[in-house]
Amino acid sequence: MAETALTHPAEAPGRLPGWRGIAADWASDQRAFKNVSWGKAMMWIFLLSDTFIFSCFLLSYMTARMSTTVPWPNPSEVFALNFAGKQIPLILIAIMTFILISSSGTMAMAVNFGYRRDRVRTSALMLVTAAFGATFVGMQAFEWTKLIIEGVRPWGNPWGAAQFGASFFMITGFHGTHVTIGVIFLIAIARKVLRGDFDVERRGFFTSRKGYYEIVEIMGLYWHFVDLVWVFIFALFYLW
Amino acid sequence: MVDIPYDRIADIPPAEVPDVELYHPRSWWTRYVFSQDAKVIAIQYALTASAIGLVALVLSWLMRLQLGFPGTFSFIDPNQYLQLITMHGMIMVIYLLTALFLGGFGNYLIPLMVGARDMVFPYVNMLSYWVYLLAVLVLASTFFVPGGPTGAGWTLYPPQAILSGTPGQDWGIILMMSSLILFIIGFTMGGLNYVVTVLQARTRGMTLMRLPLTVWGIFTATVMALLAFPALFVASVMLLLDRLLGTSFFMPSLVEMGQLSKYGGGSPLLFQHLFWFFGHPEVYIVALPAFGIVSDLISTHARKNIFGYRMMVWAIVAIGALSFLVWAHHMYVSGMFPQFGYFFATTTLIIAIPTAIKVYNWVLTLWRGDIHLRVPMLFALGFIITFVNGGLTGLFLGNVVVDVPLSDTMFVVAHFHMVMGVAPIMVVLGAIYHWYPKVTGRMLNDVLGKFHFWVTFLGAYLIFFPMHYLGLLGVPRRYFELGDAAFIPPSAHSLNAFISVVALTVGFSQMVFLFNLAWSLFKGKASGGNPWRATTLEWQTPETPPGHGNWGKELPVVYRWAYDYSVPGAEEDFIPQNQPPRATQVVQGAAS
Repeated sequence: MAETALTHPAEAPGRLPGWRGIAADWASDQRAFKNVSWGKAMMWIFLLSDTFIFSCFLLSYMTARMSTTVPWPNPSEVFALNFAGKQIPLILIAIMTFILISSSGTMAMAVNFGYRRDRVRTSALMLVTAAFGATFVGMQAFEWTKLIIEGVRPWGNPWGAAQFGASFFMITGFHGTHVTIGVIFLIAIARKVLRGDFDVERRGFFTSRKGYYEIVEIMGLYWHFVDLVWVFIFALFYLW
Repeated sequence: MVDIPYDRIADIPPAEVPDVELYHPRSWWTRYVFSQDAKVIAIQYALTASAIGLVALVLSWLMRLQLGFPGTFSFIDPNQYLQLITMHGMIMVIYLLTALFLGGFGNYLIPLMVGARDMVFPYVNMLSYWVYLLAVLVLASTFFVPGGPTGAGWTLYPPQAILSGTPGQDWGIILMMSSLILFIIGFTMGGLNYVVTVLQARTRGMTLMRLPLTVWGIFTATVMALLAFPALFVASVMLLLDRLLGTSFFMPSLVEMGQLSKYGGGSPLLFQHLFWFFGHPEVYIVALPAFGIVSDLISTHARKNIFGYRMMVWAIVAIGALSFLVWAHHMYVSGMFPQFGYFFATTTLIIAIPTAIKVYNWVLTLWRGDIHLRVPMLFALGFIITFVNGGLTGLFLGNVVVDVPLSDTMFVVAHFHMVMGVAPIMVVLGAIYHWYPKVTGRMLNDVLGKFHFWVTFLGAYLIFFPMHYLGLLGVPRRYFELGDAAFIPPSAHSLNAFISVVALTVGFSQMVFLFNLAWSLFKGKASGGNPWRATTLEWQTPETPPGHGNWGKELPVVYRWAYDYSVPGAEEDFIPQNQPPRATQVVQGAAS
């Protein structure tokens, strides 16, 4: 993989004003996005594509919810937990959201330490991020179990529209899969960082290419995306 | 001595991008089978796509046998007919054309044309092919499972796609959806590579506005595919859940085999929206690479620069963007809120503008060109004519009031076969004749090629022109047989028989082409590096076929656009993109 471009677009002769200039910059020599490595560009474009997947899932869910003739179960009641004799709505989801957002914070710090070549702190923070992610998935498993015990199934539930369970399991399942994949990669990259693969430019097992600390940032892009998606799921599924 | 003028706008100091670290295969397996070289992956993609495409061709023969001579062939029953239709459509659109244009031509041409050594992530690129192969195998396996492949039509509309009574309800539909999901995963891995390679891995001097239009077409189509396939992915997942888990995303409550089904409350229209949000861009995912390739074929074989290059690029981008706003023109008769039709009819007709710009520019490129009627050029000309034909009937179908009576008739079949069946296939064939010398180092046989072209081109018209007429009569599509209907005259039946005879003839004539491919591989005339005297980078490689890493020690440097043909005063009638301006010497007085 080519290292982050060293391009410093110098004063080009005959810069064009306005939109033509923007188009000319984009179309200019070798790289459309200067100083953006291949890996980072690829992750951004993948995330754009993934955005379309999640958008389609959420739009489909909203269509189902709006067009159903049977009442939609009330999320505040369905997702309530009994603490000390009181039903607290959405308490588990609130904690899960808090954990996932916190994991974005530790990820951002890991990226920072990655660029300082601080192997121990980078990998420690990545492992903390992975632990937060695993906790999130664990709590999601708990939530699934609770709902299944209460009788929620993909094809029906005791309170109303059958699409409730279907959408819930599909969307949180797809998001949970993303988090799980993220956790696996976080652990793998944390191991590489700790071992110093990126300092000695050790070659990857599959790709036989040298790795760079930038992979921490690329991992971060993915992780922040997964968190951002959760915010939309939280707003559109639980709070609506 | 005068310098040949060249475009200096992009004469920016070069970026100091370090050269790529290449993966070097160590064994026969990693060189030819699990290869990370885009050129080998391209050939693997092309062979797999062609193989499954031949299956789809045979399916179309069976369909034509049944339609032309109903009741004669007892081995085709109505259920099988529906399965033939479904598999023919799905294979041709997705597993052949999409995979061949993007996976095949994209992999081969993008790195060579932009002056890269390989795709940016060769390992992911290799995975892309193997996942695609798996998708093809899953699809092909449906022919052998109990109940056979799904017969839901290539659009797979629920509820009927998963209800009992539709052939392939038990296994076919499940495997079809799984195969589509695999295809999309595999494509995404390849597609990310193509996009990033074009954006970030060009050689020095290769600005976006110097890219050959082939790359522009494939690039835009890939971006579109990355944004359109998600809708199909989601639709496939949801339909799979409906079928496997009994969810009701797309399933209203209805009576199935005399009993109230377990489904209820879903929206069949939702599937159609998702499907066509993918399905319409898909038309242009196939068409845009064809547009790009045909521009290069015409320019090269007419020895003339492409007319209005900048407009051609913007037209490709505009078509790509607009095609995301027209999907519901496939749904005029499906029970959508009728007034949406106005919006979608308007956007549909607006697409005619950039498309017409492209057609005019192709014609103006030909105008007063030094046209060489070689086989690739014949196919390119055949494409223009066929595409205009299919495009014009698209204007009929894009209007709500005209579409309503024509919906679900043979007119629609004729339209889309002209515009996204025959026309892109013409380009595929032309492109194979054009680039075969680069891939193998040998020319394809000219006489066989011309025979192949004329049979295919004239045959396509004999097949699909009468179908327009049948459609205007009201002959429905997807029917196993027409039977006795008052509005169908006896002549329509004989016309159907005629179409079938021609279709079988044209189908068998493709065997000539296959023979030509195999024979020329060993016995063809040696082509040399640049037999068409073309300007683009892939013809300037030090070796033919291009070796590992494409270029020798040094990457080429690009000094000009891809269309310096017949430059006044130049010694040759073409100037390669990597020829420095100072080296291009002009013989004084040569022009006078």
